[in-house]
Amino acid sequence: MPLLELKGVNKSFGGLKAVSQVSFELNGGEILGIIGPNGAGKTTLFNVITGFLKVDSGEVWFNGENIVGFKPHQVCQKGMVRTFQLVKPFVELTVFENVVVAALNRAKTIKEAREKTIRTIDLVGLKEKTNTLSSGLTLGHRKRLELARALATEPKLLLLDEVMAGLTPTEVDELIRLLREVNHRGVTILLIEHVMRGLMALSKRVVVLNYGQKIAEGVPGEVVKDRQVIEAYLGEEFASDQS
Amino acid sequence: MKIIYSFLSILLLILLLLPNFVSDYILGIFVLIFFYAYMGQSWNVLTGYAGPISLGHSLYLGIGAYISTKLAMSFGVTPWIGMWVGGLGAALVGLAIGFLGFRFGLKGVYFVLLTIAFGEIGRLTVLHLKPLGHMMGLFVDFKPGFVNFHFRGNLPYYYIALGFVVFSLIVVRALEVSKWGRYFVALREDEDAAESLGVNVFKYKMIAIGISSFMTALGGTFYANYIFYLHPTSVMSMWVSIEIIMRPIIGGLGTPFGPLIGSFLLTPLSEIARSYFTKAGLEGIHIVIYGLLLIAAVLFFPGGIFAFIKKIVKPILGESKEI
Repeated sequence: MPLLELKGVNKSFGGLKAVSQVSFELNGGEILGIIGPNGAGKTTLFNVITGFLKVDSGEVWFNGENIVGFKPHQVCQKGMVRTFQLVKPFVELTVFENVVVAALNRAKTIKEAREKTIRTIDLVGLKEKTNTLSSGLTLGHRKRLELARALATEPKLLLLDEVMAGLTPTEVDELIRLLREVNHRGVTILLIEHVMRGLMALSKRVVVLNYGQKIAEGVPGEVVKDRQVIEAYLGEEFASDQS
Repeated sequence: MKIIYSFLSILLLILLLLPNFVSDYILGIFVLIFFYAYMGQSWNVLTGYAGPISLGHSLYLGIGAYISTKLAMSFGVTPWIGMWVGGLGAALVGLAIGFLGFRFGLKGVYFVLLTIAFGEIGRLTVLHLKPLGHMMGLFVDFKPGFVNFHFRGNLPYYYIALGFVVFSLIVVRALEVSKWGRYFVALREDEDAAESLGVNVFKYKMIAIGISSFMTALGGTFYANYIFYLHPTSVMSMWVSIEIIMRPIIGGLGTPFGPLIGSFLLTPLSEIARSYFTKAGLEGIHIVIYGLLLIAAVLFFPGGIFAFIKKIVKPILGESKEI
């Protein structure tokens, strides 16, 4: 049984079909990438999966349960957590205070939550910033904080929305290493990513979206040679030149 | 943290002994300082910690005051019990308002408008209800005695009000270190992020408004039995709501000591200005002074006086650890 399964998911805004008949499966332990040009519906898909938006039709199965209609906090309690493309730290709180909120999702006591918080902050490499206000963090650190908060909820499935955008190459490398470690510990990952190097390094399989539709799925190296994918990214002319 | 607790203990000791050294008039000012610190703290739980801005807290004050007073006058129920009934009544109304506002996702100014509207509905309702004295107001018969919550002189009120303040500080501090308090602050900072991390935003906003309205109503009972006269305009008008929120704003929102510091600063100033200008025949000028003070506080102490004090004290005490 796949950990996450989408069956013909649709979402429209007025006349615009943001997500149209999207289906795919994600198995436990896997890292799946979602790519597509700007406006392809990637973030909308995340919002639909995690309950921030309601699907118009279709089903979202997570861990053997149809989670359509669940509120985001219920989705999180079930074991699926997402990060935001535009990071949303609790700016007036310290790194510790940020993460402890997330750790309380599963911890039974405050003490347990605090211990988990310290471990998680250490894992993402923010130990020295533990008592820094998150408003004083660089973008790279904020992205790590976003990740730390998500991990502290103890997810089975982690949805990452462009965590690598805006980072320096060194930061990207560190993040790849970190995400591999997280995956190694048993967390399944679904990521939207524009940083190709990161995507290629992490995911064995990618799904390509364009105008809300799934146009390709497969191994990253092959997908980028797909005619439809090249068309979507670079235009029809370029695609015909290639063939 | 240890230093803060020892400082607070010393302060409490001084306040406990203070009545031996000052006149009844000064004690009266302290009663108001404590009262407004308590009311500010009650409001602070909702707006300072959890985020939704309420400009209708006079409604809860009024509900607490009228319920306990009516119970005492008509059924002989002691205000010491009536205050809890009033608290429950106000909490129910608070939850109803919260349900409307939070279920339908009213945010920012729209929630403010909702609270103002209900505050006004409350005031107008009382104004037209004969059993509550409608436009004549409700005079509380003075029957001195502990059971009746009526006392001669300010001394008993001083200790009761001080008890209220200590109670509210303990509540807020307990919240701060609890799961509820952590969640309150998270949803104040960013609702979507909190929701995505497993926080039931609706539920915790409801808890916050429930606690806040309940606490405010307890203060309402105190007020009724201190002033002995209830009138919709004097206990349930928007101006009362503004009085409640001023002190925590100036002292520091979302901090346990903000309302206290704000009240110690603002209440005596307001009292002195009121009596001074009234004597000089310039009634109402103290409101202008209020306004100026608010502007000055916002300009020079954004984030409140407490944040400013913390900034000065921090280098002396050293970097405090996460508490």
